[in-house]
Parts: sequence; C-alpha cells; structure tokens
Amino acid sequence: MPQQADQAIEQTNPPELLVDQTQTILIEPPRRCEALELREFWRYRELLYFLTWRDVKVRYKQTVIGAAWAVLQPFLTMVVFSVIFGGLIHVPSDGIPYPVFSYAALLPWTFFAGALSRSGNSLVYDANLVSKMYFPRMILPFAAVLSLLIDFAVAFVILLGMMLFYGIIPGATVITLPLFLLLAFMAALGIGLWLSALNVKYRDIAYTIPFLAQFWLLVTPVAYPSTIIPEHWRFLYSLNPMVAVVEGFRWALLGQQNVQGEFIFLSTMVVLTLFIGGLFYFRRMEAEFADVV
Amino acid sequence: MSDVVIRVENLGKRYRIGERRETYGTLRDTLMEAMQAPFQAWRARGSPHGKSEIWALRDLSFELKRGEVLGIIGRNGAGKSTLLKVLSRVTRPTVGRAWIHGRVGSLLEVGTGFHPELTGRENIYLNGAVLGMTKTEIDRKFDEIVQFAEIEQFLDTPVKRYSSGMYMRLAFSIAAHLEPEILIVDEVLAVGDVAFRKKCLGKMREVSSREGRTILFVSHDMEAIQRLCSRCILLQQGQVLLDGDPASVIAQYLAVNSSKGCPNTWIDLSHASRFGTGEAQFTAVHFTSDRAAAAFQPYCKGPVEFLLAIESDSPRSVGSLAVSLCDSSGLRLINADTVLMDRRISLRKGYNLVRLRIDSLYLNSGVYRLGLWLADPITAHTVNSAYDYVESAFEVEVVKLESDGNGLSPNSVVTCDFHVIDVS
Repeated sequence: MPQQADQAIEQTNPPELLVDQTQTILIEPPRRCEALELREFWRYRELLYFLTWRDVKVRYKQTVIGAAWAVLQPFLTMVVFSVIFGGLIHVPSDGIPYPVFSYAALLPWTFFAGALSRSGNSLVYDANLVSKMYFPRMILPFAAVLSLLIDFAVAFVILLGMMLFYGIIPGATVITLPLFLLLAFMAALGIGLWLSALNVKYRDIAYTIPFLAQFWLLVTPVAYPSTIIPEHWRFLYSLNPMVAVVEGFRWALLGQQNVQGEFIFLSTMVVLTLFIGGLFYFRRMEAEFADVV
Repeated sequence: MSDVVIRVENLGKRYRIGERRETYGTLRDTLMEAMQAPFQAWRARGSPHGKSEIWALRDLSFELKRGEVLGIIGRNGAGKSTLLKVLSRVTRPTVGRAWIHGRVGSLLEVGTGFHPELTGRENIYLNGAVLGMTKTEIDRKFDEIVQFAEIEQFLDTPVKRYSSGMYMRLAFSIAAHLEPEILIVDEVLAVGDVAFRKKCLGKMREVSSREGRTILFVSHDMEAIQRLCSRCILLQQGQVLLDGDPASVIAQYLAVNSSKGCPNTWIDLSHASRFGTGEAQFTAVHFTSDRAAAAFQPYCKGPVEFLLAIESDSPRSVGSLAVSLCDSSGLRLINADTVLMDRRISLRKGYNLVRLRIDSLYLNSGVYRLGLWLADPITAHTVNSAYDYVESAFEVEVVKLESDGNGLSPNSVVTCDFHVIDVS
C-alpha cells in the first residue's frame, strides 16, 4: 500500500504547463466525413498567431520599401484604372469621383486576390511542416489569409486620405464595413481551402490561380459599377461571391445608392456555401496531405 | 491499467507503391485513370488489388507504460518512421487504432518550420510553437535555450547566415527543451557534431529520468539505444519481430544481420536461403555451451546444445534431422545426423521444439558455418526433395577456454585427445 501512495504522488506532480494532461488521443483511420474539430483548432491558436506573424514578417524582408508595397499595389492599379477607365473611356462611377470609386473596390479585391494565391499555395509552401508535424492543417491557409489583413489595414489608411481629399464623409452605413470585411475574409478563405487542398494533389492549381484571379477581376465590379450589367444577366453575375463584397464596401464607405439587396444576399449565400463546403472538403482531404504533399 | 500511456491495436498503414516517390499527379492523369478505371477493374477482376501496394505497417500491436523509454530498431523500410508518423498524428493509419494518453511532443526532424529569413530569436518562437510549446513556455525557457545552443551573439542574425553547426545547435537546443509527457523522436540525433549530440542525449536522459517521461526513439545508433532505452522492439516488414530488453533485442538484430550467431538467443531463420519442399521447416535456432566462462560460446572439446524450432504443416515422422558444421571452405567437419542413431523423430502439426546435444566438440577455435537438414531418408535423395535444408544458417564461433593449455594455437582444424605415454 505505501508503495502505491508513492506512485500516486509522483504522478500528480507533472510540469505545471500542462493544461489538459488527462486528454486521450484516439488515432484511427480516416472516415468519409470528418468532424470540423473547431476545439482542436482553437487549441492551436498560438501556432496560428506565429505562422501569421511569420508570413507578415517574411513578406517584405530584404525589400527596400517594405510594407509600402502593400499600398503601392492597389494604389498604382487605381491610378491606371483612373486614367484609362475613368479618364479615357469615361466609365460611369455612380457620381463618385472615379479614383475613390475604384480604390474602395480595389482594397477588398487586392486582399482577395492575394489571399487566394497565398492560401492556395500554403500547404505546398509549408510541405515540410505538413509532412513532419501534427497540427490542424487548416491553420496554414487560415494564417495566409490573416497575414494579408495587415496589408489591407495599411492600404486602408490611403483610402481615408483620399476620402478626406475628395470631401466624402461616410454615412451611418460605415458601421457595416466590418461585416463586409468578414465576408471578404470568408470568401478568400473558403476558396483558399478548396484550392489548397486540391493543390496538394494536383499542382495544376498553382498555375491556375494567377489566371483565375485575372479572370475574376473582370467579372467583379471593380473598374465599373454593377449597374452597367444588363438586367437579365444580373442573376448570373451575382453568383460571383466578390460582387457582394465589393458592392458592400462601396455602399458602406461611399454611400453608393444603386445597390440591389437581393443580389448582395444571393452573393453572400454563395460565399457561405463555398466557405462551409470548403471547411468540410478540406477536413476530408486532410488525412492524406502528409502522404501526398 | 491507467499506467499504460500508449496502446496500439492492429495498426496498419498502406501505401500505394510510388505514392511516396511520385509526389503528385496531374489532373489529366487522374482523368485518364478515371476513364480507364472500369476497364482496368474488369481486367484485374482476378486479383483483389489491381494496384500494387505495400503495407508499411501491418497488424502492429503493443503497449507502452508511463516512464518507459522504447527504442525501435529495424532495417530500412521496416516501418519505423511510419510508426512514428502515425503515432505523432502526421498521417492516419489505414486500419487499426491507437490510444495515447497525455501530451505528445514529436521530433521527426529538428528545425522543422525554421525560416531562413528570420533571426535566431524569431525562429526560437516559431519553431517552439511548431513543436507545440506555448508562448509563455518559450518565454520562460528562452535564455536557457540560447545558452544551451551557444549562439548568444548571433541571436538577431537571420539564420540563413548561420553556419550549419550553429543552425543545428539552435534547432537541437529548442527540441531538447521540449517537455511533453510523451516524446516521439526519429533518427534526429544522427546529425550534428558528436560532442553536442552527447550533450543532447544527456539532456534527454536527464529529463526523462527526472520526470518519468515516456519516450519512443528510433535510431540506427545501437549504442544510444542501449544507453537510453529501457525496452526495445525490432520491426520487420511492419510487424513487431522482437520485444524485450535492449541488450538482447539488439544482439539478435545484429546477429541476424551479420549472420553470425550469438549463443543463448533465438536466431530467426525465416529469411535464410534454403532448399527443400518446405513441408516442415526450421524457423529458429538457439544454441549454447552452458558455460558462462566461454560466454556460452561453444568451446574446444566442450558440449554444445541446440534448440531447433520446427514448423510442420502436418504430423509426420522424420528419419533424418542433422546439424552440421563446415569450415569456411565448405568442408563438412561434423554431421550430427539422427539417421545414424536409427531414431525417428515425430513432429506435431505446427510448432515443435527439438533439443539436440553434441557432447564434445572436437573442433579447435575458429568460425564455422552451421547447416541444418530435415528429411525422410527413404524419399529424400537430393536437397530439393528434403523437407528443409539450410546450407548456411549462420556462423558459429568456437572459442578456446583461457584456462586450457598455454595459449598456443594448435595449427589444425579438428582436435583429439592424446597423451604422451612414455619417453625413453
């Protein structure tokens, strides 16, 4: 008996850092439909933080102008758009000065396009981590998208300056902006999950992404207002998840009037479907990542 | 038994051949395959698996108790690394289950997640997080890690400017400060300079003995296994071949591999090259001289006792069972054959154990090849019609006892008893 007591004391004396030491891990073959395990994801939030931080930190290392790139990309695009579409072709901009009109759309667009490419390549880029360490794989595309929010924030400051310059004061609608940012985030991550999981198996995806982004820009109302789309095409048009995001941004920030609620709603539904579908698809494919990547 | 921290039950992992080498397919290949699949399925309907596949692990079961340090050895491709990958949850098994009770830290590679552009300081945090440490934990151990790695003045230099030695030291140092309840370590200690490696091994041992940590450790470094482990398993083709104390498992592993037989251990013969019908086969051999002074090796003019494990597919009576010893040129010096005694040996269906003793071995010290023969002398006329014939199972060393004579070598192969009767 005394011996057993000794053992008990020894066992209740683990390192203090273990929060959930009584957990039992069950390892078993993958099933067709895996649970999302959001709690497991939450347990690894610090890794998510460090990987996001790494992505931000590494991105502009050894560049001369550093984070200014985050501003230059959308800003220069805006200048080119303003000269060609605003100045030469006279694309309508719903009464808003064209530079602000296009920049307000380029902000979420740049975020989306960047997030698509980074999250799509995230698993392949960190193949070494995937094949040597355990963690919820979803952290990789998630961190890739998160890291681009920093760029977004930097570029956002320029928009505020431009609005000030043109004397545009946002109305009460501006409080909905975080919702549209969340929508942009979900759209980017949702599609990023699909692409990254597919990219592990088919490297064709890596080549498809730049082309996809180019094509996508044309069918999103960035350089032009969605009002120029003929009525009978609108339904099809608003299946593009970025329509809701871009229109929402303009509506929230600039008080753009010609926004059609039902199409924003439809587009939002598409985002949600892609996002939830992406989560489950990713979980299903996750089991074989380490063997295939 | 709450003391069991790892329980593995019938674990199996299947890889399709080529899957690991050919890392990815193209969409086109898959489409082509999908189109051809029905035809292939029709063509391959005879064999259940149209594609060639290998089982890296198969029907693997074992239990590990708290505080045990388990060494895992085996040849290349025996499934060691796959086992660690499954237990550290990097990959999922194809069949079977495993339970792990406690916080797991795995070290399949050192420096996983290191980013060359980041500084030493930044990489400590990143790698620590990848290994499963919390930020507060890393904060607490930070100074110790830096000191252990001896890189103080390069802390804010990007690691791409580090020498490879510094890089490895930093990576090891972070890993050595990991404090999970269960630690899974793959062949990581095979790299790095020897002195630093010793330091890491020391640190590992210190932590494991102090905190009763459970460790699974794969290595080809038998010395490290001997020093660190309390138990050892030998894997072969994805299965546990031997499980026991490190000294004996390693001895047998080496014995099989170097084909030199060690006394007092079971020597597996399942991979020996052999002739015969296979209706009855030798599966393993054990031999000893029962004399500790000779380290149980057969010695000159001493006895040697063989235990022969024989697997038979049906009950049979065998007229000839022989143990022979040849010299290196293949000259048969001794042939202890039961046919000479006119005694038949009855074998049961399945597993049989035959004990055979050579009372005195008239061989001088040297290395001899052991041969095994099992046949019915009436029907067996050639080696191929014998039940089993292993020409060279392994090598046996016959030693000379120190206490005998003056230590001069006899200058002959066989020995004899002789006296000087008279001098006149």
